[in-house]
Amino acid sequence: MAIISFRSDEIHCKIVYYGPGRGGKTTNLISIHKALGHQARGELLSIDTAGDRTLFFDFLPMDLGSIGKFKIKISLYTVPGQVRYNDTRKLVLKGVDGIVFVADSLEARRNNNIESLQNLNDNLTEQGKGLNSVPLVFQYNKRDLDGSKVAIMPIEEMERTLNTQGRHPSFPGSALKGDGVRETFKKICMMTVVDVSARLLKEKGISLTGK
Amino acid sequence: MGDLVLTKQALDRIDSVLANMLKRSGAHTVLLIDKAGQIISFEGSMDQEKVSSLAALTAANYGATTAIARLFGEEEFTLLFHKGKQENLHFSNVGEEYLMITVFNNNTHLGLVRLEVQKGLAEIETMFAQNLREWFNA
Ligand SMILES: Nc1nc2c(ncn2[C@@H]2O[C@H](COP(=O)(O)OP(=O)(O)OP(=O)(O)O)[C@@H](O)[C@H]2O)c(=O)[nH]1
Ligand SMILES: [Mg+2]
Repeated sequence: MAIISFRSDEIHCKIVYYGPGRGGKTTNLISIHKALGHQARGELLSIDTAGDRTLFFDFLPMDLGSIGKFKIKISLYTVPGQVRYNDTRKLVLKGVDGIVFVADSLEARRNNNIESLQNLNDNLTEQGKGLNSVPLVFQYNKRDLDGSKVAIMPIEEMERTLNTQGRHPSFPGSALKGDGVRETFKKICMMTVVDVSARLLKEKGISLTGK
Repeated sequence: MGDLVLTKQALDRIDSVLANMLKRSGAHTVLLIDKAGQIISFEGSMDQEKVSSLAALTAANYGATTAIARLFGEEEFTLLFHKGKQENLHFSNVGEEYLMITVFNNNTHLGLVRLEVQKGLAEIETMFAQNLREWFNA
C-alpha cells in the first residue's frame, strides 16, 4: 500500500506485472528501463533468473514527476509466472497498489492466461482484495507475431476470455519491440495514483491537489 | 495493510531514534521499511539507489524466511543476521508490519549492534504505543 510522506511530499506506490510464465513481464520492465531510463531511480534488478525465467522477481524503482506538490515514486515488480512459484508471487504481491496483467497472445497459451488470472484473483482475495478493487490494466503481448507462422489469438477473443466484463483498460503490445509498453505503463501509473488519492481523500480527508 | 501517512513530526521522531541508534551502535546504515518493501525512513551512509534495492530484497527475503519458518511449525524467525567479510546485516521485526535493517562493518561488532537495536526497537515500540499504524496515522 502507498506510503505518503508529508515531510518530503512524496507518494510511494507499488505496481506489479503479473501473468503467465514467458508472457513478457520481464521484457516489459527491460523495455521501460530502456525507454524511460532517465526516470529510473536505479538499475533494473533481476533477482535469480534461469535463462529467461524469473525465479524470484525483477525490481525497478522509478520517479514519475509531480502531481500537485507531491513527487510520485513507483516501484515496479514482476512475479515469476511459472505455476509452481506461487509462494513467491504472494510475497511480491503484498501491499500492491496497481497491477498490469501481461497476457500472452499465443493461441497455445490461452489456458495459461486464464489460469494465471484466476491465480491472481485467488492471491488478491487472500489479501482481502480482488480483481475489481485494485487498478488493473491488461496488456495483450507479442502482437508482433500476428501474421507470422504461429497462431495468435484475436484481441477480441482475449478481451472476451480475460477482460470478461470489459471493466479494465487494455492495450495490444509487443514488449520485445517496445510497442504498447509505455501506454500500458502510463495508464497503470495514472490509475494507481488516482486510486491512492481517492482513498486518501475518503479515508483520511487528505486532498493531494487542494490545500 | 492500509496506506501509511507519515507526518513531518512522525518522521522526525523516527529519524532521531534511528540516528541515535547509529551513533551508539557504530553501525553505518539503518532502515525502517514495511513488509511490502517500501522505505519509511533511512539514516546513514549507504547510497540511495542501493537502499531501494536493499528494501525490496529484504522484504522478499523476510517473507521467504517466514515461509520457511512455517514449514517447521514456527510462527516466524524474529531475527536474521547475514555476515560478510566486511559488511554485516542485521534484521528485526518492528511490530507486525515493519522491519528494521541495520548495516555495519568490522568497526563494531554484533553484540553491541544487537544491544543497541534492542534499545532502539524498544524506543520505537513504546513510542508507537500499542499500534504503530495508529500512531503513524494519527
Ligand atoms: N515475439 C515476442 N517475444 C516476446 C515478447 N515479449 C517477450 N518475448 C519473449 O518471450 C520470452 C519470455 O519473456 P519474459 O519477459 O522473460 O517472460 P516473463 O513473463 O518474465 O516470464 P517468467 O519470468 O517465466 O514469468 C523471451 O524469450 C522474450 O524475448 C514480444 O512482445 N514478442
Ligand atoms: Mg520474468
